[in-house]
Amino acid sequence: MSDITVHIIDRKGVKHTVEAPTDMAMNIMELCKVYELPVEAVCGGMAMCATCQCYIISDHNLGGRSDDEQAMLWEAQNVKENSRLGCQLVISESMDGLIIELAPEV
Amino acid sequence: MITTDILIIGAGPTGLFAVFEAGLLKLKCHLIDALPQPGGQCSELYPKKPIYDIPGFPEVLAGDLVDNLMEQIKPFQPGFTLGERAQDIEKQEDGSFIVTTNKGTKHHAKIVAIAGGLGSFEPRKPELDNIASYEDNGVAYMIKDPEVYRDKRVVIAGGGDSALDWSIFLANVASEVTLVHRREEFRGALDSVEKVSELVQQGKIKLFTPAEVTAVNGDGKVESVHVTVYDEAKRVEAIECDAFIPLFGLSPKLGPIGDWGLEIEKNAIKVDNTLDYQTNIPGIYAIGDVNTYPGKLKLILCGFHEATLMCQSAYQRIFPDKKYVMKYTTVGGIDGFDGSRKEAEKAVIKKIENAHV
Repeated sequence: MSDITVHIIDRKGVKHTVEAPTDMAMNIMELCKVYELPVEAVCGGMAMCATCQCYIISDHNLGGRSDDEQAMLWEAQNVKENSRLGCQLVISESMDGLIIELAPEV
Repeated sequence: MITTDILIIGAGPTGLFAVFEAGLLKLKCHLIDALPQPGGQCSELYPKKPIYDIPGFPEVLAGDLVDNLMEQIKPFQPGFTLGERAQDIEKQEDGSFIVTTNKGTKHHAKIVAIAGGLGSFEPRKPELDNIASYEDNGVAYMIKDPEVYRDKRVVIAGGGDSALDWSIFLANVASEVTLVHRREEFRGALDSVEKVSELVQQGKIKLFTPAEVTAVNGDGKVESVHVTVYDEAKRVEAIECDAFIPLFGLSPKLGPIGDWGLEIEKNAIKVDNTLDYQTNIPGIYAIGDVNTYPGKLKLILCGFHEATLMCQSAYQRIFPDKKYVMKYTTVGGIDGFDGSRKEAEKAVIKKIENAHV
């Protein structure tokens, strides 16, 4: 298990390239928090607030949205085809090089 | 004017437990919360989710934790100002504070403890042009007193737990309940979803899916709404009603507390964690998720600890000359302000006769 690289574009358009561990069951929302990127994560990762919504820019296959995630995204604002909730994306080796963009603040 | 010893802003688990610890010190508490019910996030966001890291509870539902806390603090008769947001604070010459809510309710307290979690929950409002003019005239974003809707015609919009649970509850109170949701699928506890399906089948709830309320009409108060149904015809139905309640969830904002002159770091209030969780303003404390300090963890159990130390410090501040000795509840029991007393049953001291062989 080795670290991977993830690129996170913040709400000002600034790209942050960060190292992410793959052996801690960490998710993308938590990764943003670790690097103090402006993700509120109100619900703490229960797919209940959509404050960690992000757009997947690279063409990584991350599998489909979970049921909870899908339901939350129906209710959320600024949702696009490539919207995901960061808290539902568990970091794995296949995500190396992933590029995401934070959705606007709600 | 409401007067109390400690005014607690935020009635989540941390704020509620502070009432207990204050009560042991014979200090009275009053709580303000923007939500219509106590419990904070636990009641509003995830009442039916289990929590596994409350010491002594291998598993407890967030809603049950709140019920237990309410039971635990009952002897200390806390006061509540619910459905109102703390807006302004004025420090008095004697060091006490007057806190005024957005509805103008004034509270006078010797100590202010901010247990505001992530901030006050503001409802997400639907994007309808004139909706603001109907607020408090038929449009409500949270339900404070369901009796208001007795024998009224109510339209609820939303697809989550609160839309489901209020539809179920109001089906027995209101004369007519209409539920409108953008999708055919709802997201909630299984029993709530099943109960709503049952009530729809029985004709007690009128269901529109996938659909959206696209207009509110009426002369000074809500008289009807337009529901656009996203079927092939995209038909629009006018539904006569007395109330329109969009329940689209709540998003927390630190709000006016952010302008109280407190030192803020990353949307949280900086406190002295080496001592008593006091802020940069003497007499104002911040406990639970709303505060920050090196090593801070946003956990309920940490909030309980912070509340306990805050109360000790508040006591010293109110009674600088009194010597206080902490008493274990196993030793001292609990004397409620309501005259109730709980204490350990006394052990018996009695000789045991030996058997006659």
